[in-house]
Amino acid sequence: MAEASYPDDLKYHEEHDWARVEGEQATFGVTWYAQDALGEVVFFDPPEIGAHVTKDQSYAEVESVKAVSDVFAPLSGEVVAVNEILAESPEKINEDPYGEGWLVRVKLSDPSELDSLLDADAYERLLEVGA
Amino acid sequence: MSRYTGVTDRELREMLEEIGVGSLDELFAEIPEALRLRRDIDLPPGRSEQEVFEELSALAARNRHCDEEITFLGAGMYDHYVPAVIDTLLQRSEFLTPYTPYQPEVSQGGLQVMFEFQTAISELTGLPVSNASVYDGPSAVAAAGYLAKLETRRSRLVVSRGLHPHSRAALRTHAAGYGMEVVEVPLGAEGATDAAAIEAAVDDDTAAVFLQQPNFLGTVEELGELIEAGKRTGALAVCAADPLPLGILKPPGELGADICVGEGQTLGNRLDFGGPSFGFFAAAERFLRKLPGRIAGETRDVDGRRGFVLTLQTREQHIRREKATHNICTAQALNALAGVVYLSWLGRRGLVELAELMLRRTHYAREALGLEAINPGPVVREFAVHVPDLDALFDRARRAGINPGYRLARDYAEYEDGLLVAITERRTRADIDRLAAVAGSIREAVTA
Amino acid sequence: MSDPLDPRAGEDTLTIFERSREGRRAFVPPRCDVPELPVEELLPQSAVRDRSAELPEITEPELVRHYTTLSSKNFHLDEGFYPLGSCTMKHNPKLHERVAAVPGHARLHPLQDPEYAQGALELMSRLQGALAEIAGLPHVSLQPSAGSHGELAGLLLTRAYHEANGEPRSKVLTPDTAHGTNPATVTMAGYQVVKVGTDPDGGVDLDDLRAKADADVACLMLTNPNTLGLFDRNIEEIERIVHDAGATLYYDGANLNAVMGIARPGDIGFDIVHFNLHKTFTQPHGGGGPGAGPIAVADRIEPFLPVPQVVRRPGRNGTEPFFDLEYDRPLSIGKMRGFQGNFGVFVRTYAYIRSLGGDGLKEASQVAVLNANYLKALLARDGIAEYLPIAFDRTCMHEFVVSGRGAKERLGVRTLDIAKRMLDHRVHPPTVYFPLLVEEALMIEPTETETKERLDHFAGVVRAILEEAGDDPEIAKGAPYTAPVRRLDEAGAAKRPVVRWRARDENPGDPARAQDAPASGTGAM
Repeated sequence: MAEASYPDDLKYHEEHDWARVEGEQATFGVTWYAQDALGEVVFFDPPEIGAHVTKDQSYAEVESVKAVSDVFAPLSGEVVAVNEILAESPEKINEDPYGEGWLVRVKLSDPSELDSLLDADAYERLLEVGA
Repeated sequence: MSRYTGVTDRELREMLEEIGVGSLDELFAEIPEALRLRRDIDLPPGRSEQEVFEELSALAARNRHCDEEITFLGAGMYDHYVPAVIDTLLQRSEFLTPYTPYQPEVSQGGLQVMFEFQTAISELTGLPVSNASVYDGPSAVAAAGYLAKLETRRSRLVVSRGLHPHSRAALRTHAAGYGMEVVEVPLGAEGATDAAAIEAAVDDDTAAVFLQQPNFLGTVEELGELIEAGKRTGALAVCAADPLPLGILKPPGELGADICVGEGQTLGNRLDFGGPSFGFFAAAERFLRKLPGRIAGETRDVDGRRGFVLTLQTREQHIRREKATHNICTAQALNALAGVVYLSWLGRRGLVELAELMLRRTHYAREALGLEAINPGPVVREFAVHVPDLDALFDRARRAGINPGYRLARDYAEYEDGLLVAITERRTRADIDRLAAVAGSIREAVTA
Repeated sequence: MSDPLDPRAGEDTLTIFERSREGRRAFVPPRCDVPELPVEELLPQSAVRDRSAELPEITEPELVRHYTTLSSKNFHLDEGFYPLGSCTMKHNPKLHERVAAVPGHARLHPLQDPEYAQGALELMSRLQGALAEIAGLPHVSLQPSAGSHGELAGLLLTRAYHEANGEPRSKVLTPDTAHGTNPATVTMAGYQVVKVGTDPDGGVDLDDLRAKADADVACLMLTNPNTLGLFDRNIEEIERIVHDAGATLYYDGANLNAVMGIARPGDIGFDIVHFNLHKTFTQPHGGGGPGAGPIAVADRIEPFLPVPQVVRRPGRNGTEPFFDLEYDRPLSIGKMRGFQGNFGVFVRTYAYIRSLGGDGLKEASQVAVLNANYLKALLARDGIAEYLPIAFDRTCMHEFVVSGRGAKERLGVRTLDIAKRMLDHRVHPPTVYFPLLVEEALMIEPTETETKERLDHFAGVVRAILEEAGDDPEIAKGAPYTAPVRRLDEAGAAKRPVVRWRARDENPGDPARAQDAPASGTGAM
């Protein structure tokens, strides 16, 4: 994906992660900004299914050729699925960070954490300040 | 001015002027006065090339090297014939003087050598992935211990005493850092590791079991059984191996070893009083991203031409820093080059022929010596015997221009009268018969 | 792609395995002069290989050609300028290869009885003495195999030292400018890394150091001059802070080439120093080793040194001294590796020290610093400095760092592009993208063995590349053009790693092979 975009239907974490909440579950991924900063992703090291992830803590790693980056959980919960496609095609994280490049699906343990996440506008403002 | 620097007086003035300082000393103004050396460094003045050559040659002449005696000394490094092609190729500046291949476009030679080396090591060990070398055999063993810790998060390492004493020592030294306990399992009655003892030693907190093929005494271990026993509780099986006997012995990978490491001196490297040589490190596919050190991988350039790069570098210290799989950066690329050239020189059939020759001569020698064997079962390249009077044997052998081998008591209190005898393709039947004659005279002296 | 007129295409990229033809050989085995018993009589079936290892079958002429052709694809120090920062690519004197190859050195067994290895042991003893004098610390172990191995030995010694004092500690401080080996070593030695910041001058941030140097800190690892090429002016205060906290002070000797004979780590107060014999002391780097990383230590660390130690004993009849290997050292950390270390490297190092002498070593450092400052001045001229500003512009030591920020913003070329374009000018690029705290960094270390005209030429190359990028940045972005290959797909190599060659028929079903495999039968994607 060549152009920056931050869909309105997602919630954002300041460590450049997003969450798409659907009922009791949420899908996590990294933002356009994160994948652009990292460069071409060559490897995603997923957590195990059943693992517990904690909001604001690292739960996985993504690697480019010359960098390793922690991926932070925007919300807490239990991993119920990981994106198997990434094992063969990690570049999906670059090509389609909000679609085929999703990372894990999590059964949320504390939906109230949602309130602390940013909406798209707030996240974009954060990026402007940061830059 | 020394012979390797060449700043003329005029250039010195020009350079200082360009920099904007008045003297060389001013360039060191950042170093606090109190910390500067107030005197000349206390080393003798420099010498001409000829004088240095003569001085070092004179020192070398005070060593007795392998062409000056018939040596049966092995115990980890061996007197093999190194073919002339290795001297020729290793002395090429193009291999000798580059740094690590950080710019792959102008390092394709070195990178392809690494790739070929990895392929050859994979073939020998029966394991699909190999790195581009580590320092030496014992440090490779220690690195395997670290991988086992990162992989299993367990805290015990179980080690057969058939493992080279230096490997066990290096493992203990490193394990003291990364916080693991090393437990040794004694050798059985016939100088072989006992599968039941291994099985009894492993528990749920054991990260890895370490075996060696052939073991330090030259015994061909029942490796399959030992690996099975060692992996009973989920520990990794690490096998150290001598690469030449692997020409005929079943590859550790085929017998279930997760990691195979070893000392590469026997592959075309000099003895060099112990180094530099190289260590190799091969593993099952699932450890690819946990290997220590450099790995070369195949790829393409923008025009589609085949090429090679250092790959999976995110494992390494310069990227992953405190979370790296190991701290190694400089390895032993030139020695690994010797290794792959040597294996190519031997070739598919030559390796088998050489290993079979060593196998037959080892068995011949054990019989010819007529001494009680510590390891009476299958042996290759080395065997151990009880000697009634070791000092007398050494004395007589030395006088006959023979170095009879390695006193086991240096590392094994349990083999106080033990002698470890090494055989290579350089030790002929005539050499062996001369040692046998000395052994015979000792036998007679004792029985007389 | 396989244009037969393109000398870089096709045939010369075959691996040695692909050149194999069944039935060829280079090796002729020595005669079997003992009974030719069948292998099955000597080995149990369970131990014997089912099939031979797939090594190449090739004649000697083809073997020599293959590796000679490969060698021609390497840029190397004997060919041209190699200002790779932090790597000290100084000339490798040819004498050293000759003395290392003398049979008394090259063919000496490491377990030879010391009585018959007096020359080797005396050489090691003399080298220990020389390194001790250079470091200003009394005791040396030659054993570690590389700088990173020396670092690990140093931290294991630190651990043993604190434990012997009954106060195990848990943290080690490393500056944020440190080489990656430092933090990696800390973890391997069982400690936790605590990073110390850098002050605006490029030195250690003293306030940050004071705040972090508590009673649980075992050691500070420091490179001085640091990886910015700067000598830390506050080193005396750093030493006080670290020692007041009861920690050891470790000297990473990667940059020792700046200060030989000028300042000694031991006099400054460092407790443990490692040397990179393949940097400072001219061991050829061999395309990635071998090296050696001896350590020098203070009295209080000495009891813990690895075994064996080379010791000089009084002569048996009051005559010649006797050199021996000492194993009986009850407090020793043990062994870092096999045998006594990389002796072949020690021979070369000793030859170097004897050739230069004390005055020559000092001169080497002086000229290294002169060359670095001169080159820095050339790069500070108009036409270069606006694109590659010097990071932390002070008098540097043996190396300096520039930032490619200006070139990126004003010309649209990155440090990587500039580096790749240098390859077309037949100079090796500097170290790039390190240290991490300098954006688009180029770390430049010319060394003392380069002449003024080589430095002038390099500055001219940099200027030409920048001017060219001003006209057309795409040229640099596509570089190199004249190397054996152009830019390589490193991402592809990491995504689907091919780390060994496989015969095509071993994996016939692999679609990647079927689809895009050249005639050679390679396993490439």
